[in-house]
Amino acid sequence: MLFICAITIYPIWYVLVNSLNDGVDAMRGGIYWWPREFTFENYKAVFQTPGIVTSFGVTIAKTVIGTITHVFFTAMVAYAISRRDLYGRNFYMLVGVITMFFSGGLIPYFLLIRDLGLFDNFLVYIIPTMFNFFHLIIFVSFFRELPTSLEEAAKIDGANDFMIFIKVIIPLSMPVIATIALFQGVYQWNDYFAGVIFVNNPDLQPIQTYLYKVVAESSSNQMMTNAAGSIATKTVTSQSIKLATMVVTTLPIMLVYPFLQKYFVKGMLIGSVKG
Amino acid sequence: MVEPTKKEKYKKIKKTIISQKYLQGMTLLGVVWMFIFNYIPMYGLIIAFKEYSIIKTISEAPWVGLMQFKEFLQDENFWIVLKNTLGISLIKLIIGFPLPIIFALLLNELTSMKLKKAVQTISYLPHFISWVVLGGILTTWLADIGVLNDILLGLGLISERTNFLASPDNFWAIVILSDIWKELGWSAIIYLAAIAGVSPELYESSTIDGANRFQKMWHVTLPSIRPTITILFILAVSGVLNSNFDQILILRNSLNESASNVIDIYVYQMGLQNARYSYATAVGLLKAIIAFILLLSANKIVKKLNGTSLF
Repeated sequence: MLFICAITIYPIWYVLVNSLNDGVDAMRGGIYWWPREFTFENYKAVFQTPGIVTSFGVTIAKTVIGTITHVFFTAMVAYAISRRDLYGRNFYMLVGVITMFFSGGLIPYFLLIRDLGLFDNFLVYIIPTMFNFFHLIIFVSFFRELPTSLEEAAKIDGANDFMIFIKVIIPLSMPVIATIALFQGVYQWNDYFAGVIFVNNPDLQPIQTYLYKVVAESSSNQMMTNAAGSIATKTVTSQSIKLATMVVTTLPIMLVYPFLQKYFVKGMLIGSVKG
Repeated sequence: MVEPTKKEKYKKIKKTIISQKYLQGMTLLGVVWMFIFNYIPMYGLIIAFKEYSIIKTISEAPWVGLMQFKEFLQDENFWIVLKNTLGISLIKLIIGFPLPIIFALLLNELTSMKLKKAVQTISYLPHFISWVVLGGILTTWLADIGVLNDILLGLGLISERTNFLASPDNFWAIVILSDIWKELGWSAIIYLAAIAGVSPELYESSTIDGANRFQKMWHVTLPSIRPTITILFILAVSGVLNSNFDQILILRNSLNESASNVIDIYVYQMGLQNARYSYATAVGLLKAIIAFILLLSANKIVKKLNGTSLF
């Protein structure tokens, strides 16, 4: 067990340590446990790289807006479908279940996004990810457990179904909302592919797409040389900037997830056992 | 009792729908979304049977029948792509499927709650790291000046430094091992949940029968989580042709192409980089059809063997 933990965590530790070491010195290798020449220069260089701050802004915006709209929209549809008295429920479920097994695949999807005018548009990160049928099932099985007497009481007070959803159901559903928000938040934060295929404008490029281009494409060296050159220090290398960017990209999730762990374990339970 | 006439029935339905106008409206928004983002692309699949180009609309493009499919089957890349897709996925299934079960069983045997929690927290961690960052870690580790070379040189297993990602020989191993590294803890959650649901009475009675810990694991825990294992197995089989697009897109390069070109990558290259929309759609459709047949047959076989199935 301890061995599994060790090999799980060590590669991450290695990146962190090397990103905190002087870049030129790190090229000599041999830094495994602790930085040899401790420095924050790499991180300074990351934030001085042209375009990277914009990319961060795009990522934060798409994660926050995308997660909120996803949770709200999916939960709303799920609430309506979870009501046993909804006319046509089985039909709506069938419409959804079919989407879990069949899809048009990459190319028709790409053509659709283009035809909808979402190409090079910030909304491409939000609207196509607003809804997810698997998440809907998790929501539905949670809503089923809620006592119906509360809804009835609200109805007697004159609330309509939408108001019941907003005022009664949402406050009661925080555990499942936290779970889905975490799933979707991580997805939004980590997704690079939408930025690769649907966006040409560098001002709309999320940080993961930026990093993808650095890691996977040969242009990386050039990009990084530009970055290193622009601050005119000799201690930063393209490699050390790459490592620092990776740490900066991952850190927010690493900080948030231990606190949300108890929620997502519960959420996986609801989703897997009953779904 | 008088049977309600058709007219009365319609009236009743109309009344129900009007009384549920908010609920129906909320559902309708979801249905409209699914229609646009799921069903229109399904309609778009017909371009696999046409010669679609950017200057024509889908309905204007001429029909070409199965030409695109024939072209793919005759393409020299067909066998390479098929071999890589099936090879990577099957090995992933054979090695990667049982490991989370074993991990969950072992984790369940830990008596210290604190240690258990710590192990879990750490083992989920890589799931939250994006493939982009992980790709960065891997390229750093596997480079010729990277850590793996240091270790292998130190142990005397290799005599000179190599860049592991620059040759097709090790590509499958890299893809499979890094995938297991990333998802082991996460995949174990479901099994841990299933184990937690096993009735304690079963353990008590087996203690009376004199079973030791291993026997309990084998005769009580495993049979109890069999339904969960079955369902996840069916899903894994149907996903056999999905050889983790994100991961391979990041790790592949022109030097390891003969081992890294899988169906999804091929579709991406042909469709989006070369703009051969109809051809790429046909390749993708072929994959989806095979995957669906696999799903149905896995479901049927498992149903015959032990009664549980997805549908």
